[in-house]
Amino acid sequence: MASKETLLDRMTHEHVEDVGSHGEHHIVPVSVYLKVFAALMVLLVLTLVAAYFDLGSWNIMIAMTIAVLKAGLVVLYFMHVRYSSHLVKFFAGATFFWLIILFSLTLADYFSREWPAALPQ
Amino acid sequence: VATETHPATAHAPAAHAAGHDEHSVLHHHFDDMEQQRECTSLGMWLFLATEVMMFGGLFFAYSLYRWRFLHAYHVGSQHLDITLGTINTFVLLFSSLTMAMAVHSASLSNRQKMVSWLGVTWVLGAAFIGIKAVEWTHDYHLGLVPALSWHYYNTHPIEHELLRAGIGPQQVMMYFVIYFSMTGLHAIHMIVGLLLVGYFMWLGQRGQFLKGNDQPVEILGLYWHLVDIIWIFLFPLLYLIAGFHPFAKGGH
Repeated sequence: MASKETLLDRMTHEHVEDVGSHGEHHIVPVSVYLKVFAALMVLLVLTLVAAYFDLGSWNIMIAMTIAVLKAGLVVLYFMHVRYSSHLVKFFAGATFFWLIILFSLTLADYFSREWPAALPQ
Repeated sequence: VATETHPATAHAPAAHAAGHDEHSVLHHHFDDMEQQRECTSLGMWLFLATEVMMFGGLFFAYSLYRWRFLHAYHVGSQHLDITLGTINTFVLLFSSLTMAMAVHSASLSNRQKMVSWLGVTWVLGAAFIGIKAVEWTHDYHLGLVPALSWHYYNTHPIEHELLRAGIGPQQVMMYFVIYFSMTGLHAIHMIVGLLLVGYFMWLGQRGQFLKGNDQPVEILGLYWHLVDIIWIFLFPLLYLIAGFHPFAKGGH
């Protein structure tokens, strides 16, 4: 019985400690979720409006910038990465770092060669 | 933290076992809840990383052929319904909010709210699949589905502007191959998500995920949000190419 209390004490103590540093059980207020959703709606309207203006190659740049902002909001707030430990942040960041490797190395290969005859012309 | 020893293990194994019964959500191979939560989160993020790499291959194929067949992408995307695409984007973003609310309710051990928010999320996800099914059926009847029903360009000879740009129907077909691969894989993920959300509603109704055992709902939320993020990129890349384009006049 005494040991159970000790365990609970320890957990409670850690919980309080974690809220400041890297609180995994940080409970995000509902108002934050609503603000994030409102921002996502504004960005959705922006990307839609921008698509109807002919801005040349800027169209894809604007569309992708807005998409990255939307994804960032979802990752940081809905997926709680902002309130997660450094290790979780590192894993989330590494995911997109690996994606950049996939794109940059493979595109560099295609850009620096003839279009392969085996692919659709 | 890791160097602390469990007081119960030193002299009373029975008390240790009883302690674990009391906190059955803590699995025996973890020191404490903090470690278990961290480990479970990392495992899910690792899985999400493999998901991003799988979709990444398709996004790469999209980018490569967009670079090569830019005009064909313009022609192909003018067949898509931007209104339905926008509604679906709204539906999925809204479902991410309701999923976040379900996770929030679970963390507060509010069973009824958690099950209700999961229910709203399920309905929104099903609406997304329903709208997608309408779009795909339309494409099928028009003859814009490669391999299954590809005859649109047999009956609609390509406009002279396109011929001038050197675009053949096979280049437009490439756009649709990529469109159906990406939205198809995304829809499979949505269906898996719907099955999981339904299962979690059933478990939640039976009293799971309460009193500190809320993390499975958070993990389900991570999956749902990732599928949402993939759509956040698919929508502008697939639907919003032709909005301004001169070829866009006429539609289908």
